[in-house]
Amino acid sequence: MNSWIGKQRNLLDFTLSSLSRRRGKTLGMLAVYTSIVFVLASVMLFSHAIRREAAIVLVKSPEVLVQRMVAGRHDLIPARYLDAIRGIRGVQSVEGRLWGYLFDPSAAANYTLMVPASPRIEPGKVIIGDAVARARSAEPGDLMSFRAHDGTLVQFKVDGAIGRESALVSADLFLVSETDFRRLFGIPEGLFTDLAVSVRNPREVGKIAEKIDAALPDTRIVLRDEILRTYESVFDWREGMLLVLLAGAILAFAIFSWEKASGLSAEEKREIGILKAVGWETGDVIRLKMLEGLVVSLSAFLLGYLLAYAHVFHLGAGLFEPALKGWAVMYPKYRLTPFVDELQVATLFFFTVFPYTVATVVPIWRAAIIDPDQVMR
Amino acid sequence: MIRLTDVRKAFNQGRENEFWALKGIDLSVEAGKVTVFRGPSGSGKTTLLTLVGCLARPTSGRVRLKDRDISGLPERFLTDIRRSTFGFVFQQFNLLKGITAIENVMIPAYPLGIDRTELSRRAHALLERLDIAPKARSNAEWLSGGEAQRVAIARALINDPEVVIADEPTANLDSERSKQFLDIVETLKESGKTVLMTSHDPLVCETAVVDRVVSLRDGQLVERGG
Repeated sequence: MNSWIGKQRNLLDFTLSSLSRRRGKTLGMLAVYTSIVFVLASVMLFSHAIRREAAIVLVKSPEVLVQRMVAGRHDLIPARYLDAIRGIRGVQSVEGRLWGYLFDPSAAANYTLMVPASPRIEPGKVIIGDAVARARSAEPGDLMSFRAHDGTLVQFKVDGAIGRESALVSADLFLVSETDFRRLFGIPEGLFTDLAVSVRNPREVGKIAEKIDAALPDTRIVLRDEILRTYESVFDWREGMLLVLLAGAILAFAIFSWEKASGLSAEEKREIGILKAVGWETGDVIRLKMLEGLVVSLSAFLLGYLLAYAHVFHLGAGLFEPALKGWAVMYPKYRLTPFVDELQVATLFFFTVFPYTVATVVPIWRAAIIDPDQVMR
Repeated sequence: MIRLTDVRKAFNQGRENEFWALKGIDLSVEAGKVTVFRGPSGSGKTTLLTLVGCLARPTSGRVRLKDRDISGLPERFLTDIRRSTFGFVFQQFNLLKGITAIENVMIPAYPLGIDRTELSRRAHALLERLDIAPKARSNAEWLSGGEAQRVAIARALINDPEVVIADEPTANLDSERSKQFLDIVETLKESGKTVLMTSHDPLVCETAVVDRVVSLRDGQLVERGG
């Protein structure tokens, strides 16, 4: 056992010294390899984290949303629908929501206006999202005015700003009181944007949605799972798009690494001959070369993955932000919660480390089975 | 110790350029003696060394090492015998460039899994014995011809083999260095090693340390002397 460990240690020592002998080639390979892992891992980490973030946020959202449809378009929903839904067995609670969009000409941006159930906001006051605060350089106590639907001016005093931790969903929020909301858009009492329904038993969501649909035929039912699926497919699509763009780079890397790893120089062949002549078995030579490939690919994998981790979770994924976050005037500034998926790491590992190691071994195997007497000729 | 019976070796057998390097060699090599294979270029002396040293297998005939027929053994077993029984000093020395002299010396012992400290101590002792210790940390490509050869000898001795095989050991050395090499051969002989060399250098063939000179021509033995 000791001699086996000693042998592996000696082989590893010799591998490292072999790699340092070909410093230029090794470092060049390591740099290209690391950048590929970095790019792939960044895309994977980012889209995975953002999908997870969206899922966490949506957990807090209502299970069922009811919207009224008129001529195929979303319309305001009357308060009497609340009673109709309350009467359905299995419904825990239902409440009317007021929300909409407001274009701010001075910032050239759209805000999402909402009337929160809690905290209750006093009329004339507003709580703003992080991006709104940045766009308007607004601080608590500042005044903000907007033109209402009828041209009159509605003024708000900034009561506070929402922290950056929830910026993914709150960056463009503009939270106002019900009175101000109705005044701004001219929505009379008794009408809501949509209704949020909570269900007692989560397994009954589908059934209750069917019952609401039957009782209120002019409504559209949106389930939380459907929203989640939409988010998933949006980010899947973006990730896919980016990966397609990167495919060219990946292919170039594959060709480059194949050539570098599989092409044996005359010097390397001579060395294999010497090793065999002085008593190395074919297996020892292959093990040595495999270790060389493994050291390069493993280092590149770890380095690339760590860089990608720092890039995504500490530097806000600056390189892919526009492609993966989508387009907006008001980008949310937020920090993703670090999350690493084991399966994802394993997939990336398999598609980067494994092919390179194999590419290294094939030509070595061919060279290693030549007769050792070649060195005597 | 080593016995060859009707040994033949062909290259490119069955092709147009088929060439018989050895054509029926019968030979016995005694243990603890210095034997030189002499002959012109193409006479088959290097091929003979590769067969004796388990670097290649004969096309026909038998090679026996201490009464064990090794001519038909698979590669794996030949490697084992080669590693434990033979040490090689190649004509071009064949040191690996980019690594130090001492690392070159230790290479044949790596697959044996010997403890690194012990291995390093053994390699240093050999370099010391061959008067090349100050160059232990020099890269192989920085060594002169004589220094490189002594490192190659140390490498050949690292696994303490019974037989040392040297192919044209003085071909790249001046007379002074050649004499130094023969002094080393003498110490090897004194320590009980069997030494096999190929050479057509009169300095080697006529030196007192050589017990036997075997002449070859066109793949056949011409005469035997001592």
